[in-house]
Amino acid sequence: MPHQTSLKTVKRSNEPFWWALFSAGGVIAALCVPVLLFMTGLAIPLGWMDAPGYEAMYTLFENPLSRLVILVIVSLSAFHWAHRFRFTLYDGLHLKHLNAPVAFFCYGCAILFSAYAAYSLYSF
Amino acid sequence: MSYGRYKKNHPWLYHKKPPLLWWVKKWAYVRFILRELTSLGVAFYVVVLLTYVNAVSQGPEAFAVFSDWLKSPLSLGLHGIAFIFVLFHSITWFNLAPKAMVVHLGKKRIPGRIILIMNYSMWFVVTAGFFWLLTTV
Amino acid sequence: MNHANTTTTIDLEVYRYRPELETEPTFDTFTVPLRSDWVILDALNYIKDEIDGTLSYRWSCQMGVCGSCGMMANGEPILTCASFLKNYAPGPIRVEPLANFPVARDLIISMDDFMEKLNRIKPWIIVEEEKPLEEGEYLQTPEQLDEYKQFSMCINCMLCYSACPIYGMEPSFIGPAALALAQRYNLDSRDHGNQQRLDILSTDDGIWQCTFVGECSEVCPENVDPAGAIQQYKVASTNDWWKSKLMPWGNKK
Repeated sequence: MPHQTSLKTVKRSNEPFWWALFSAGGVIAALCVPVLLFMTGLAIPLGWMDAPGYEAMYTLFENPLSRLVILVIVSLSAFHWAHRFRFTLYDGLHLKHLNAPVAFFCYGCAILFSAYAAYSLYSF
Repeated sequence: MSYGRYKKNHPWLYHKKPPLLWWVKKWAYVRFILRELTSLGVAFYVVVLLTYVNAVSQGPEAFAVFSDWLKSPLSLGLHGIAFIFVLFHSITWFNLAPKAMVVHLGKKRIPGRIILIMNYSMWFVVTAGFFWLLTTV
Repeated sequence: MNHANTTTTIDLEVYRYRPELETEPTFDTFTVPLRSDWVILDALNYIKDEIDGTLSYRWSCQMGVCGSCGMMANGEPILTCASFLKNYAPGPIRVEPLANFPVARDLIISMDDFMEKLNRIKPWIIVEEEKPLEEGEYLQTPEQLDEYKQFSMCINCMLCYSACPIYGMEPSFIGPAALALAQRYNLDSRDHGNQQRLDILSTDDGIWQCTFVGECSEVCPENVDPAGAIQQYKVASTNDWWKSKLMPWGNKK
């Protein structure tokens, strides 16, 4: 039986696609970003932790597995930002009527950033 | 279903759109907007992280320049603010997750408390793991 | 009656809108006795009986069951029959009609929009085929009841709509109570209307407008947790979407 819901034709939203990326990115960011940010951005520059030397970092990033992990973190987090920031603009500043350009800008940034990240991590 | 719909058939109805900055008047709404703005902290850091890897990729000089920038007051200030934001993201994310997740183990539903504990344990393990990695390389 | 109770008073700043007299709402201040056993609804009844008989508002059961006396008190959506005056002392208490709805008169809002949305999500048990009578009742275990019981406590008081800024900005949003009630039937083991409701709920007006502000659950007098229901539905709807894209052959039902 076809699902006859109303006289109006039903248009399923494509939000699930972006929401899935938003959620995955939210989990990854919640798990990984605080510790990484604290170490590289605060503890090491302030001398609370010993700075790993250039050689050590080079060896670490030479491993394709570490670069893959970084790609997953930065790209999913970027999509997390894109989706959330899009709705922050809608909610915080009443910008729902600019749905198309706002969505294009947010997801566009995430896609470009992810592509750039993939390229630069691949050609490390 | 716009505001105009009511006006058309019921011209005496009084309906007003909320003000542009509706969220400033109530703490719960301010907290919501702050929670949503944590995405800026996340975005800031992933750009830094990629720049970090690229600096290592470009050689010791680029790495030294970037390491010096990380020590600048501007960088430390931005990282400090971003750190508060990403912490707030993690806490709100893990606290709200049990509301969205209904997990069944066989016929029994796992209580939200257990999901909460699992979330925080995982956060602890990942944090300890990254800490171990950067202190042993 | 304790005499000391009647000597103190509290002021109520009451929202007035009389469309035949004014185009913009105004506020009238009324002074009422501050009795320790009075709720805001008692104060409104006192005003109507003793001070100004033209004041209009809805109420019925006076015991937090009917869901008709919801209003804003100092900016918070509450049931006026369940909010004691003494908790607002020394006052004044600003009483307004439920936020986000069009106002018909004084404290009365038009609930047409909510009723239409409630109907849209098919809040009844949908069965594919009625069982013959001889086969008996549709049985349910206590565990199956627990799956949806929380969402069935809704009394349609619409406080959650007043707490929801998304509904305020986008009146097309189906909104918290209707979505929670949709989930109430979806999670019912006797119901088979999941796919029909998914078609309505997964449109842009459905769950995807919600950004999990969470205030709907905070103000709910029955602890229904519409915010949780909507997030759970987002997860279910997302799984369904990916399944239909990745395995289109598996989505016959």
